[in-house]
Amino acid sequence: MSATAGPAPTLRLRLAARGLDTVTLLVLPAALVILALFLYPFLYGLWLSFRPKDGSLLGNYGRFFSDPFLYDTIWTTMRLAVPVTVLNLLLALPVAFRVRLMRRQRLLTTILILPITLGTVLVAEGMLFYFGAQGWFSRTVMTLGLSSGPVKLTNSYTGVFLSLLITGFPFTFLLTLSYVTGIDSSLEQAAATLGAGPRSRFRHIFLPLLLPGLAITFCLSFVQAYSVFPSAVLVGEPARITRVISIAAYQAAFEEYDYSMASAIAMIMGFTQLAVVVAVLASRQLAYRGPAGGGKG
Amino acid sequence: MTIHAADFRELRLEGMRRAFGTVNALKGIDLRIARGEFIALLGPSGCGKSTALNCLAGLLPLTGGSIWLDDQRIDTRRPEQRGFGMVFQNYALFPHMSVRRNVAFGLLMRGVPKAEAARRVEEALATVRLQAQADKLPGQLSGGQQQRVAIARAIAIEPPVVLMDEPLSNLDAKLRLEMRAEIRRIHEGLGSTTIYVTHDQEEALSLADRIVVMREGEIRQVGTPEELYAQPAHLDVADFMGYRNRLPGRIAGREGGLVTLDMGQGGRLTGTMREPLGETAVIAVRPDDMTTTDENASGVPATVRAIEYRGREFHGIATTSEGIDLFFHTERPVQVGTLVRLAAEPQRALVFAGEAA
Repeated sequence: MSATAGPAPTLRLRLAARGLDTVTLLVLPAALVILALFLYPFLYGLWLSFRPKDGSLLGNYGRFFSDPFLYDTIWTTMRLAVPVTVLNLLLALPVAFRVRLMRRQRLLTTILILPITLGTVLVAEGMLFYFGAQGWFSRTVMTLGLSSGPVKLTNSYTGVFLSLLITGFPFTFLLTLSYVTGIDSSLEQAAATLGAGPRSRFRHIFLPLLLPGLAITFCLSFVQAYSVFPSAVLVGEPARITRVISIAAYQAAFEEYDYSMASAIAMIMGFTQLAVVVAVLASRQLAYRGPAGGGKG
Repeated sequence: MTIHAADFRELRLEGMRRAFGTVNALKGIDLRIARGEFIALLGPSGCGKSTALNCLAGLLPLTGGSIWLDDQRIDTRRPEQRGFGMVFQNYALFPHMSVRRNVAFGLLMRGVPKAEAARRVEEALATVRLQAQADKLPGQLSGGQQQRVAIARAIAIEPPVVLMDEPLSNLDAKLRLEMRAEIRRIHEGLGSTTIYVTHDQEEALSLADRIVVMREGEIRQVGTPEELYAQPAHLDVADFMGYRNRLPGRIAGREGGLVTLDMGQGGRLTGTMREPLGETAVIAVRPDDMTTTDENASGVPATVRAIEYRGREFHGIATTSEGIDLFFHTERPVQVGTLVRLAAEPQRALVFAGEAA
């Protein structure tokens, strides 16, 4: 009895060795929430999109991609979301680099993130007054003699662009700041003692270490901008230039009462932004993705 | 041709000051460092030694004074224009670059031609014995290896001065001893000038040609390890050099350079005067110079609290009637709880100015 192999490990032990034990059960509530609030509506919408009024399986998708009034919305949305996101990143990066060195960091950060708490609608409403034909901006420009007639930045591409920039910036900035401050400052000092000026330090040290984080920031900000709806209606020109894809979905659902078509548009919206996100994240694989520390310490 | 240190005669600090708000971290440092010297900045944490190093590297601007390399003033130059090599406490290796690219970085920034740069990188890696790891990322290396990369990176640019900020403090004891020998070997092999910050007096004593003891932003004493060890100029320097026994007392008599202190309760010790004294003073003795005596006229009475056998002799701790712990060595097996008299040779006991506290 003595030197033989012990009893085979119980199922519980074998599961525990693979990282599954009773603690794993704590995942359940979250999993249920995701299932009920995300997965079910998505699958239901997907199913619904394949059941158009005319009865064919791909009728909705066929209609969408054959009607320029519908498929142009993809391009219209991209034309807004991509430049806004890129510009936000380009603005957030230098600001984050400056704020990183500041003592009153918290105060400035609070001011910068204020637009987040306002919400899109309030910002859009404010813009209507400020950037409208009778707004302060227009009057200031005229008083300074920079323009003979009133300058109207609302009800146009520019209006939506500005609104997305204002509401998107705080989010982009906060994410960027956390990535920038996550880089060990001794790396920059080491680069400096090795002869690297500010430009080289950014190019050789900061940028490669920041790229993965910037890619994530881009994706999250892009997804936000891509689903633009209130400002496209309020400060845009929703019939033509800023007829974004969410407006097309809204019209299908609540003006034509064609839920099946609306679901199809929502699916197309989801897959087009997924394509951008996947492309950006895939290019992230090319960059270094380890910790941004300088070694032990 | 091999890697060699850049040529200069002397690095000079003139009244180097640095304040953080109202706090004076450096209160005017004057120091001359000759080419090829190994200088240790020694002091407890917060004494300003790391601040001094960062000021030298250009990472902190001075708030007063100047730094000179021969007849060139360099404190106004930015770190990238100074060209000093620096080894950071946490190594600060670029995590996204291979070991080879880390070491080559400084050469790339200086626009050194490719072939020349490649040769110098290989030599720097050979110097720290890391050729085999050249293509790994820093994260794949052990702490000791990372330390070597940091040194290789600093010496590859052939800097006039190598600055090291507690480079061994993150390593375990065994590795620390190995790397200590390694650092000295590299210093001698390259003929470089090294300024080394540490709070470990053993490290400073074994590595440095000269030690600069700092305290509260000031230099307390500069000297060779032998000088500091045998003749500390201040009580706090003595403290750092292992004079663990400190007894305050009133001055009872002077004779030449010798002073006799009365500690009360029948305690008397004679020592060598190290600085001008008032009425009270402190006498400092190393544990290995403190021993038991049979003479009743001299020494300090104390009760033995602990004693342990260390082969050739006993090491013990005894407490005076004032509650001061004294560390001593003796050849006699004394019992715990017995009253002994402890004394030291007057040449081995140093008397400093100080309050009888």
